[in-house]
Amino acid sequence: MDTNTNLAEVRAIIENNAGKIEALINSYVSKKEQLISLLQDVQAEFNYLPQDVLIKISQTLEIPLSQVFSVATFFHAFSLKPRGRHTITVCLGTACHVKGGQRLVDKMARDYHLKPGETTEDEKFTLETVNCLGCCALGPVVVVDDKYEGQVTPDKLDKILKNYK
Amino acid sequence: MEQQVKQKVDKRIKSVKQLEQLRQALADGKDENRVTVAVCGGTACLAAGAKDIVAAFEAEIRKRGVHARVEFKETGCQGFCACGPLVVIGPEKIFYQHIKPGDVPEIIDETILKGKIISRLLYVDPATNQKITHESDIPFYKKQTRNIMAANREIDPTKIEQYVAAGGYTALSKALFQMSPDKIINEITRAGLRGRGGGGFPTGRKWQSCWVAEGDVKYVLCNADEGDPGAYQDGSILGGNPHSVIEGMIIAAYAVGAHEGYIYVRNEYPLAVAHSRIAIQQALDYGFLGENILDSGFDFKITINKGGGAFVCGESSALIASLEGKVGEPKSKYTHMAEKGLWDKPSLLNNVKTWANVPLIINKGADWYAKIGTAGSKGTMIFALVGKITNSGLVEVPMGISLREMIYDIGGGIPGGKQFKAVQTGGPSGGCISATLLDTPVDFDELTKLGSMMGSGGMIVMDEDNCMVDVARYFIEFLKGESCGKCAPCREGLTRLSEILDRITRGQGRSEDLETMQDLGEILDAGSLCGLGRSAANPVLSTIRYFKDEYLAHIVDKKCPAGVCRELIEFSIDAEKCTGCGVCARACATKAISGEKKQPHVINQDLCIKCGACFDSCKFEAVKKQ
Repeated sequence: MDTNTNLAEVRAIIENNAGKIEALINSYVSKKEQLISLLQDVQAEFNYLPQDVLIKISQTLEIPLSQVFSVATFFHAFSLKPRGRHTITVCLGTACHVKGGQRLVDKMARDYHLKPGETTEDEKFTLETVNCLGCCALGPVVVVDDKYEGQVTPDKLDKILKNYK
Repeated sequence: MEQQVKQKVDKRIKSVKQLEQLRQALADGKDENRVTVAVCGGTACLAAGAKDIVAAFEAEIRKRGVHARVEFKETGCQGFCACGPLVVIGPEKIFYQHIKPGDVPEIIDETILKGKIISRLLYVDPATNQKITHESDIPFYKKQTRNIMAANREIDPTKIEQYVAAGGYTALSKALFQMSPDKIINEITRAGLRGRGGGGFPTGRKWQSCWVAEGDVKYVLCNADEGDPGAYQDGSILGGNPHSVIEGMIIAAYAVGAHEGYIYVRNEYPLAVAHSRIAIQQALDYGFLGENILDSGFDFKITINKGGGAFVCGESSALIASLEGKVGEPKSKYTHMAEKGLWDKPSLLNNVKTWANVPLIINKGADWYAKIGTAGSKGTMIFALVGKITNSGLVEVPMGISLREMIYDIGGGIPGGKQFKAVQTGGPSGGCISATLLDTPVDFDELTKLGSMMGSGGMIVMDEDNCMVDVARYFIEFLKGESCGKCAPCREGLTRLSEILDRITRGQGRSEDLETMQDLGEILDAGSLCGLGRSAANPVLSTIRYFKDEYLAHIVDKKCPAGVCRELIEFSIDAEKCTGCGVCARACATKAISGEKKQPHVINQDLCIKCGACFDSCKFEAVKKQ
């Protein structure tokens, strides 16, 4: 991935949405303790936490940047790297594990050269794992963006992913 | 906010009388002749296509103009996840499973309007091959005591009116106007309710400590950060009946003298987040939350906080750090949370299931509640019965029921004629229980005696195809990733355990490994600050205790009896059974399988990566795993 172009693109997006981001951050001024919720909102907006936004949060809410960074890196929900257009989430909860969830992760590494937390070079897919999504009866479960797929086999995974551009 | 109030009329209920009038009006408005149709909208059913079913029902009801005869609702999780999408019809509760949008017109025309049963949509009891018409006759439901879960089927969680009509918020009005704080706390204590989040600490005693703690500002907190992989009952209750949790929290807040509350909910449960948000707004609109609740003079508000996805945040001090916007690291507990919790103020933290029990106890009384369960564990417990089990789903049973009843009578046993091997309870820090102990009654104390624990109610069933060393490795790997890293014994101990288990599953186990792991387990227990670290070795210790043979097979014989650990197995094709159809060769990612059409195929072991794709794809059982 060409990081420079990407960074420039992100900067442009942030500039274009400057008002919106500022309003979002300002809405948390009186509730600094909800830093995690704010980061979730930012992540929902950009699919990751851009550095510039983290700096802005630190300045506006007067929270040391080190603390913002430590929270952003501690929780699984956050990514400091840009993510793909589609997020593939493989459930590795216990029920999915005993039904073969790991084989789906192995398959992604083998056939898509994609490990958990990584994004494909064409920025199409990001692979994530999660520990239980609450639909254990359907295991192994994979979620692509918001669509849940149950009883997924390595074979079926190919067919599912073909639907995404 | 997901749902805005349409008109700005004041809905606030200002007295107990008004609440009863509202309930009466709702009851009067209910047309007994309307057939109720409840489609399950829990996460598993939604994943299986329930949204399309709901849309089909709405469209077909509209098309036919039969609103006056049908009361349609999308409910929260009804529990029988293995059968989704599912619908329950009418007062007699006709149960249809695995329905498709195409079935909906027929269901309306035949069953709802004419009362005829559609045989092909009925549940088939695998034990007898009999079709069962009514929900109450299905074995999965028969042995359950659904004190809490039953409401999930009756209520659309996004409509507070349905909760009120079903008797909701009566416990609150009773607590506010007929009971003093000490009487409420006494009732909870006498009921014998114990914390449903894992520890099983007596709830009444917790409330008592928070009540007597000094301070003007106190907090009431709900732990909905259900991080246990393989348990989803907290998410299902909060998503399916959020008002029961909110009502429990308000009652506790009144009892201990708190005016602010937080629900810390796992972000991976979008339904629970959305529905609890809607519920809080509706409770504010009706005056069950906010200032001067039901004109009692008592104020209470609840804020929702979404978790960031860290297992350790289920631990009380880590949860509080996270609520304060900090990294979720546990602290040493020199002082009790009831005295110094959130922002150093007295705080009362309970699990979702514990909160949902509170209105029930207040309404029906401690004596009624204490009759259910065993001497030391009262009431019912909700388990997520999952894994290699026929009837996967959420199961609510009285404490003291045996594991065998749960797995065979309710769960319907192991699918595919396979042999039961173990059941894992208590989440990652729990333990695996073997077949010889299946008659153990399930309660807090009995499970602890077996080296496992109740935990949050995860119950994962494993069969002969599951390798117990692999299962231990899985949990240790999970805990290694979730350890916050603060205490060296937990951080380093889990890393070492993970290395050793990894070696064993690769056939490089050493004779001293078992002893080393047991030593590490002791060190973890003695040297870690929080419950995660202290109990982290449980998965290893309990599997060594009950499945030592399997460890020895890996270490000494370099074999994985269950055929799971890749480096210890070999795939081959049985020439007698192989029809030469070529399905396995096409499924093989590394092109390791070759052979002429209609001739037995062979696997090139040098190319084989042991992914098992051939084994799964073969319809003739010709692929062998050794």
